[in-house]
Amino acid sequence: MGNVIGIGAAPKRKEDQRFLTGRGNYVSDIKRPGATAGVFVRSPHAHAFLRSIDKSAALAAPGVIAVLTGDDVRADGLGSLPCGWGISDAKGVPMKEPPFPMLAQGKVRFVGDMVAFVIAETPEQANTAAELLNVDYDVLPSVVGVLEAVRPDAPQLFDDVPNNICCDWELGDKAAVESAFRKAAHVAKLSLVNNRLIGNPMEPRAAIAEYEPGTDRFTLWTTSQFPHVVRFLMGALVLNIPQHKLRVVAPDVGGGFGVKQFHYGEEAVITWAARRVMRPIKWVASRSEGYVSDRHGRDHVTEAELALDETGKFLAFRVNTLANMGGYLSTFGPNIPTNLYGPLLGGVYTTPAIYCNVKVVFTNTVPVDAYRGAGRPEATFVLERIVDVAAAEMGIDRVEIRRRNMIPKEAYPYQTPVLVQYDSGDPMGCLDGALAAADVKSFGIRKAASASKGKFRGLGYSTYVEACGLAPSRFAGRLGARGGLYESATVRVHPTGQVTVMIGTHNHGQGHETTFAQIVSDKLGVAFDNVDIVFGDTDRVQFGMGTYGSRSLVVGGAALSKATDKVIAKGKKIASHLLEAAEVDIQFEAGKFSVAGTDRMKTFEQIAGAAYVPHNYPLEVLEPGLEEQAYYDPVNFTYPGGCHIAEVEVDPETGTVTLVNYTAVDDVGTVINPMIVEGQLHGGIVQGVGQALFENAVYDESSGQLLSGSLMDYCMPRADHMPMMKVATHSTLCTHTPMGVKGCGEVGTIGSPAAVINAVVDALSHLGVTHVDMPATPNRIWRLLQNASLPVAAE
Amino acid sequence: MKPFAYHQPNQIPDAARLLTSIEDSKLVAGGMTLIPTLKQRLANPPALIDLSKLGNLKGITDDGATITIGAMTPHAVVAASKLVQTKLPGLAALASMIGDPAVRSRGTIGGSVANNDPAADYPAGVLGLGATIVTSTREIAADKFFLGLFETALEPGEIIAAMRFPVPLKAGYAKFKAPASRYALVGVFVAKFADGVRVAVTGAGPGVFRVPPMEAALSENFDPSAVAAIKIDNDGLTSDIHAEADYRAHLVTVMAKRAVDAALS
Ligand SMILES: Cc1cc2nc3c(=O)[nH]c(=O)nc-3n(C[C@H](O)[C@H](O)[C@H](O)COP(=O)(O)OP(=O)(O)OC[C@H]3O[C@@H](n4cnc5c(N)ncnc54)[C@H](O)[C@@H]3O)c2cc1C
Repeated sequence: MGNVIGIGAAPKRKEDQRFLTGRGNYVSDIKRPGATAGVFVRSPHAHAFLRSIDKSAALAAPGVIAVLTGDDVRADGLGSLPCGWGISDAKGVPMKEPPFPMLAQGKVRFVGDMVAFVIAETPEQANTAAELLNVDYDVLPSVVGVLEAVRPDAPQLFDDVPNNICCDWELGDKAAVESAFRKAAHVAKLSLVNNRLIGNPMEPRAAIAEYEPGTDRFTLWTTSQFPHVVRFLMGALVLNIPQHKLRVVAPDVGGGFGVKQFHYGEEAVITWAARRVMRPIKWVASRSEGYVSDRHGRDHVTEAELALDETGKFLAFRVNTLANMGGYLSTFGPNIPTNLYGPLLGGVYTTPAIYCNVKVVFTNTVPVDAYRGAGRPEATFVLERIVDVAAAEMGIDRVEIRRRNMIPKEAYPYQTPVLVQYDSGDPMGCLDGALAAADVKSFGIRKAASASKGKFRGLGYSTYVEACGLAPSRFAGRLGARGGLYESATVRVHPTGQVTVMIGTHNHGQGHETTFAQIVSDKLGVAFDNVDIVFGDTDRVQFGMGTYGSRSLVVGGAALSKATDKVIAKGKKIASHLLEAAEVDIQFEAGKFSVAGTDRMKTFEQIAGAAYVPHNYPLEVLEPGLEEQAYYDPVNFTYPGGCHIAEVEVDPETGTVTLVNYTAVDDVGTVINPMIVEGQLHGGIVQGVGQALFENAVYDESSGQLLSGSLMDYCMPRADHMPMMKVATHSTLCTHTPMGVKGCGEVGTIGSPAAVINAVVDALSHLGVTHVDMPATPNRIWRLLQNASLPVAAE
Repeated sequence: MKPFAYHQPNQIPDAARLLTSIEDSKLVAGGMTLIPTLKQRLANPPALIDLSKLGNLKGITDDGATITIGAMTPHAVVAASKLVQTKLPGLAALASMIGDPAVRSRGTIGGSVANNDPAADYPAGVLGLGATIVTSTREIAADKFFLGLFETALEPGEIIAAMRFPVPLKAGYAKFKAPASRYALVGVFVAKFADGVRVAVTGAGPGVFRVPPMEAALSENFDPSAVAAIKIDNDGLTSDIHAEADYRAHLVTVMAKRAVDAALS
């Protein structure tokens, strides 16, 4: 039967039993009778007119069932892939929103753009036929970088999007910022690039679609972080399939990191095609295919300026960014570099005036969208880097300048000048905790030891805050969200007292099956083993917005908490009847309903039994059964944050940066399962370290080909890149979420890039180095040292 | 991958005959390089001829002045061999730096040398030690074997049977791993013989090459300081998204120093 395992405990993860024994159920594990194989034909060109497609040779190849192209999509009158956010410029002019056809029509706009779908009996036959498809391209000049794309003579992706600018977005009080800059004693300036990233979840994307003529229903199995949203976007806006005729299942999913939180054209094509061929179709992306079709992340070019008074107090902050959108608007695309970026530029500081301008730019690259952290790592990087630059220029210690500007604990709730109001936090407490944990006091000894080996050691800080728990719907609606951002949960108590939870978030590695079971076990006093969490199936789960933006516990967990409260409330009514006591006198604790001040009680199981066998039951006033549902829409974002300290060693001979120590003290609010939180922090930090030191999506500027198109050329962080990390929490409770939780999924990725790069710059500062762009590769560091004309000691 | 016929001959002459008689057929050793190219349909051979059942192609023998390593000997076996560790220490170290454990268990020295990837490690060891490549038909000196980017002196139908290495006085290998692939961005093998020193560089250019000025300097004085000031020309070196040519040239000097260091320790 097992025990209650509640909030704060660290049981092993329920889901790992099946994952570690090879019994997971991923999309590509699913076999449907009579299934065919689908293969997408993708553009080898970054920018080209699509003159014609000759299907004949492909159709004649063995085993081929159908070949579908953009013309077939148009003939069937299908919609364009929708964008979930509509942002506007300063004058209220809506963003340019060119159509994003599920198979290219007229033009291809990036290497990997889909031009056809080939369906055959086997994947081999489909691949062979795909090679035979004769596509006539008229290749056009292409542009991959934002700086080049906004030049007047740049190739234009869309006829009606001048200068490739989708939206010229701004936030903040420009005039107040300008006047503060006029009064400044010092202005620090920084130009930087936030490197483009590719998410690389372990499981590549995949989908299976099936049409059942008997019921006129479609089923799509897909590697998605949000099956209900796929059902809505694809059913209602692309394929015109009524919601009740479309089931979307996202079973076990092997990692997402954002890459799987969009509605992809592949999903729409395969679902549409399944009815055309009247057979199930399966498509599984190869890793290489993922590189040119999974949405990419980041890719900003930024100029920032920080105005300070003579004591180092921040007076104003001004940021101008060009953000790459790629060839089309993806589901959340324009929201990421705007609404999830500008509002975070206040950081943990009292900067009174902030202005941010973001030009959202189309280029001939894979569409860019949310990737773990999404906008907030970019904001944190700009701010935490320029703070270091200002400190160095003014001769103020980097920790001291942060202290002088930090929001004191007592000042919360704190209204920033960029929309958001932080409900709670203690950045100074996180900083002090991290300074101690990282043993900063004896850094000098470690630096001297490195120096004696000819190595440069550096220390870097990042004191940051982020906004997650996406999102308060009304607030998001004002910012341009076209959907709600609440979450839902159903708590179904069975007649024997076990519990099944149906929740709208999606578990793809985060440990929800464990965390959510702990919440239920804690609140209902039911054994942990007697709680199962169901997710990822629109036929089983009422509704949900899915998992992204560190929202699952914050928003989904809140819905679950509320639904559980409703179960308890109903249980009290049943108990009051059975125990013949007033409802107000019924207490519920540790799985027992009792009459206050007496030993009369009923167990949770007895109440469940009574609810389903209502012989002695107040049927006149109460429905039988014990199942409750709640929807929760947050009143604010949550604001986790903390202090990360990175310590690096640089080998000046080769330029190699080695991360030697890493400390993180984070405020994530209430911790449900400390082991899972630690794991989320570890993973997040490694992804941030990946951005800082290794990862880079590189396009060839003239051909638009992705040069880092495989794991041979795109460097992922590996276990041997990492030191043992010191991770701790220093939590203040969120004041508006039911359990005080803040979310922890993205903090690691948000805090770490700045900490690492600040450490690298610190290590090289004695040579006059003031900034290093990411990733800090050996070649890049060596080049900087060459330019600093370093007298490398010959050992 | 496309369908292909599969042959598993027992004798080298049978393998050679299949290879010449079936047009575009390919030998497969460990498959670590070949199979991925088949999966990506970059090669579509009608037949694969598996070398794993050929007698005598696997194993390491001590011939006194030379050590012979069979073409089908996996990297892990070379790395773990006490004989190689004592007689060809740099080569054991080199083998231990190739790829990951799975690759080292499957990949073979013959496959690596036949493939002659410009960033592969073994070519540096084979050229640095001045080995002899023993094939199904003849013996080829390492200096005549590697002909640049994926090109070797192997004739169509010719099969590598073994590599014969002269035993050096000292030998060492230093590798700067490419960040993503962990092949050699630059790898330098140095070997000191009674009659002089050989220095072979992989990763830096389109094929493995020797560095005569370093060899001369090290023959005078086998010490890292002897090469510290010797810079090689950037011309002809590889520039790609991971490293520019001048950085690679710089690394050749650094890795040469470290290889000498390794040879001395
Ligand atoms: C993930 C990964 C990482 C790797 N990292 C490294 C690395 O760090 N350093 C490195 O050097 N290599 C690396 N490799 C390559 C590895 O060492 C391969 O094993 C080697 O390149 C090929 O050996 P093989 O036995 O697998 O050959 P196969 O793939 O079977 O064959 C390769 C080619 O050689 C031919 N061939 C094979 N044997 C013979 C023979 N006896 N005579 C004539 N022709 C023959 C084949 O026909 C084929 O064309 C890596 C490979 C992988 C997959």
